[in-house]
Amino acid sequence: MSLAERDRAAAPAASGRRPLPRSLWIGLALSAVFVVAAALSFLWTPYPVDGMNIPARLQPPSWAHPLGTDHFGRDILSMIMVGARTSIAVALLAVGIGMALGVPLGLAAAARRGGLLDEVIMRANDLIFAFPALVIAILITAVFGASAVNAIVAIGIFNIPVFARLTRGAALSLWEREFILAARVAGKSAARISAEHILPNVANLLIVQGTIQFSLGILAEAGLSYVGLGAQPPTPSWGRMLAEAQTMVSLAPHVALIPGLAIVFTVLGLNLMGDGLRDLLDPKVRKART
Amino acid sequence: MLRYTLKRLISLGVSLAVASLVIFLVVEVAPGDPAAFMLGINAEPEAVAALRAELGLDVPKWQRYLDWVGGMATGDFGTSYTYRTTVAEMIAERLQVSLPLALCALALSTALAFPAGIYAAARRGRAGDLAVMGATQLGIAVPNFWFAMMLVLLFSITLGWFGAGGFPGWEAGLWPGLKALTLPAVALALPQAAILARVMRSSLIEIMGEDFMRTARAKGLTRRQALWRHGVRNALIPVLTIIGLQFAFLLAGAIIIEQVFYLPGLGRLIFQSISARDLIVVESVVMLLVFAVIVVNFLVDLAYAAVDPRLRRRT
Repeated sequence: MSLAERDRAAAPAASGRRPLPRSLWIGLALSAVFVVAAALSFLWTPYPVDGMNIPARLQPPSWAHPLGTDHFGRDILSMIMVGARTSIAVALLAVGIGMALGVPLGLAAAARRGGLLDEVIMRANDLIFAFPALVIAILITAVFGASAVNAIVAIGIFNIPVFARLTRGAALSLWEREFILAARVAGKSAARISAEHILPNVANLLIVQGTIQFSLGILAEAGLSYVGLGAQPPTPSWGRMLAEAQTMVSLAPHVALIPGLAIVFTVLGLNLMGDGLRDLLDPKVRKART
Repeated sequence: MLRYTLKRLISLGVSLAVASLVIFLVVEVAPGDPAAFMLGINAEPEAVAALRAELGLDVPKWQRYLDWVGGMATGDFGTSYTYRTTVAEMIAERLQVSLPLALCALALSTALAFPAGIYAAARRGRAGDLAVMGATQLGIAVPNFWFAMMLVLLFSITLGWFGAGGFPGWEAGLWPGLKALTLPAVALALPQAAILARVMRSSLIEIMGEDFMRTARAKGLTRRQALWRHGVRNALIPVLTIIGLQFAFLLAGAIIIEQVFYLPGLGRLIFQSISARDLIVVESVVMLLVFAVIVVNFLVDLAYAAVDPRLRRRT
């Protein structure tokens, strides 16, 4: 087999359009609901989220309030919409931190594979991995104060090794390939090869992992907000809605039920989307399934 | 094996040293002086200085770090700023709740995940597999504290089978204690079981494609016999790693679950200490949890290498 043939065989078959995986569609649809709700909340919510209306508190779902009202008489649908904004923003920024720092580190480690830099980066990664993420997030927010920004940083730090490892692992095998050799022969520097040839080839993996980390970020944000270490009042957040609902579970179960379902559907949607993207983008999985 | 163990031991030591340094430094930069905080804003400067000396806050930072680490190595975690009792005592008391909770959850998650994963792998692509995979997909998406609230709603409030929270203490007997930990353990275990079942399934599916599985069938074993004697056994290796990691996760995850059920465990201790700015307690509890995670991972690595000689050569 010639070199060109081998590279062609390893590359995903570009032609021959296949139907998109069903999980991708379901995932996209579910996630889109919350992204649209969050975007819409900037322009319009059914009711103002800071408007208290004590006489109308703890109402079950009705035509006026499709998801009912909470203990201050606030419209839960409006709170969920604005809360989606918080969840998405925190998780997205946390993934951004992880990618912005993790990907270059992984690329650098792969470019200097076996060297001191590689060793230092990978050991530092192992160390971060060894920390129970939640405990450190609690420590950070405890020391620097509870806020959405600190929650982002705390969640983001633990995304760094995830992306660094993934990038390094994928880049290592790419460095052995002929087209990289060709680029080296052409006199390109390791940094340029990493940026121009390695990065585009690991992008698919990064997108899939990014989706999964995004969903984990939403879960983490909810957990931190629940214990009071995430977004602070008056910013609505799903985790805090649950914390506030806890004492009212017996009076009005919907107050606790609805924010939880919002988290479940968002995370489920993102995970399904991640699975679907992997099926679509990773030729190895695709072959195994068919 | 000895060489490998030594190498891992060195990296264990380095990890612990760096971890303790990071935790110490993070807590050090915390704004606010604990002594001033404890005495309130109207305190005399002399009183604050005296309390600082009593708490050991007046010595240089590097010395405090060494004292702290040295103390922990000998089981002396220092004295709580607010409760004025030893931190070791407080932690020991809270561990009586947190440790059994994590162990129960671990046992439960393993007991659920193994059969589910094996069942799904054996029926790969069929209805049973799809049902298990769908359920695990859902399980991964559920935040455990919300699941806990729903359990309380169903089993405590609606059905009245369990109390809604609190812990009677082990003095009340084994049964009331376990009963109080049942719902928290279920809430902690189910999302973890979903992950573990997926790992078990994919590990087993990979093993079933191996040549030795075909050989096992060729020598006359039935599908079932081959699956149990050769498949499950080999598939267990990666699964054990995940279980090791999960134990750590469960200890940490218990922090939030304890909030839902008002359990007096390590998690509540951390939050109480945070709000009282009792940083020595926060520092020590966090270090203890990190220590547990790092040591468990170390033991899993060793067990892994003992089972699979190929791994000893790799690192």
